[in-house]
Amino acid sequence: MIKIKELRKSFGPIVAVDGVSFEVEKGQVLGFLGPNGAGKSTVMRMLACFLRPDGGTASICGYDIIKNPIQVRQNIGYLAENVPSYSDMTAGAFLNFVCDARGLEGKRRKDALDKTVAMCHIESVYHQTIETLSKGYKRRVGLAQALIHEPPVLILDEPTDGLDPNQKHEVRLLIENMAKEKCIVISTHILEEVEGVCNRAIIISKGKILADSTPEKLKAEYNCTLDEVFRKITAHKVA
Amino acid sequence: MQGFLAVFKREFKSYFTTPLAYVFLVVYLFFSGYLAFKDGFFESRQADMMIFFVNMPLLFVFLVPAAAMRLWAEEKKTGSIELLFTLPITVMQAVLGKFLAAWLFLIVAISLTFPMALTVCYLGKPDLGLMAAEYLATILMAGGFLAVGCFFSAVSNNQVISFVLSVVACSVLVFAGMPTTMNYLSTFLPAGAVNTVGLMSFQEHFESILRGVLEFKDISYFIILIAGWIAACGAVLDERRAG
Repeated sequence: MIKIKELRKSFGPIVAVDGVSFEVEKGQVLGFLGPNGAGKSTVMRMLACFLRPDGGTASICGYDIIKNPIQVRQNIGYLAENVPSYSDMTAGAFLNFVCDARGLEGKRRKDALDKTVAMCHIESVYHQTIETLSKGYKRRVGLAQALIHEPPVLILDEPTDGLDPNQKHEVRLLIENMAKEKCIVISTHILEEVEGVCNRAIIISKGKILADSTPEKLKAEYNCTLDEVFRKITAHKVA
Repeated sequence: MQGFLAVFKREFKSYFTTPLAYVFLVVYLFFSGYLAFKDGFFESRQADMMIFFVNMPLLFVFLVPAAAMRLWAEEKKTGSIELLFTLPITVMQAVLGKFLAAWLFLIVAISLTFPMALTVCYLGKPDLGLMAAEYLATILMAGGFLAVGCFFSAVSNNQVISFVLSVVACSVLVFAGMPTTMNYLSTFLPAGAVNTVGLMSFQEHFESILRGVLEFKDISYFIILIAGWIAACGAVLDERRAG
């Protein structure tokens, strides 16, 4: 469902993404790992058609990210790293705005709102303005925004960052429940999360893919924990 | 279309969920009335609103950029632009949605000056057609300033910088047509060039409609100006995607 071919992106002299290629199918939960500044968020932003690649291309559900950005965006749910939202709106008004933008009307909107609000446990803050919410609730509202139109592809940039252990657990359960029906890409620094929910892991550093395997295979190959695998691969290859 | 409507609705409502709309309305209504009375609104003993409208360009040079500066600068500063441009909305839909919402807000502000019109109607028999033309000129001018403000808001992440740049640009557009500027320019520029500068300024076209003459060249001036700055705003935002 996601096909990426030789994607490249530089910001001035800094090469953020340097020829990344991979494919993700339905039912896969891909953990996208890498040190800070490795290019994870840049790849995700290009997939969400927020940034235009300098070279290479990618398609989501058959739509090209350069030629058909609107169709691509219709088919993805995207949660950006800093969870952007309109802080002066209430959670409910914000989700209604997203429904407006995505063309969810009438009964479909009501059903989608009921389902997503319950799924992300934001009933208690539905009428609260977003700027007054805690970090965890903000992220859950962001997650609700990404899930509301039931997209076949989910791109989540650090979805559990800043959540408490209970909330992390809930988000993981949420992802597990959706995993069979969707194609999910998650970036994270929490490696136990990768073992918990992902059935594939890609490690990227300095814009290049260094490993593409399953968490189990990586551990077996290096004969150590995923933490150590991560350190060995990124520290070794970068140096 | 749904993208445009979503942005339009959200933007228009957002003026009223923050104190911005109320502060703007109070300041605008106070100063528009104050300037008119200072210039002798009643003392002129004429049943028209010329004295009221003639100060609008000066007021709008400061107030419209203040209403426009947040349009894009704030989106970029808070990062919400990443949300907006990952929803199925094109850049043009978003630009037009925001621009028209802000314009509608300014139209609301302008129409709230209706007590002045009622006063004139009560005290005398004004030419209603002329009054309508004056309101139209003011609305078109507000749209022109807003389009300029919209562009400079997209250029910078910083609202203060956007504000200052659009005030400067709007001032140039207004003051280029003032008699003092024209006189000064005519000391070293040929008459044709001075005329051209005058024709490019807001003042000339605004005053021409204010006199009650609805000419194609004046209406089209404002429409082309708005379309041009809006297109430039879209181009700047689109280019930003390329990083």
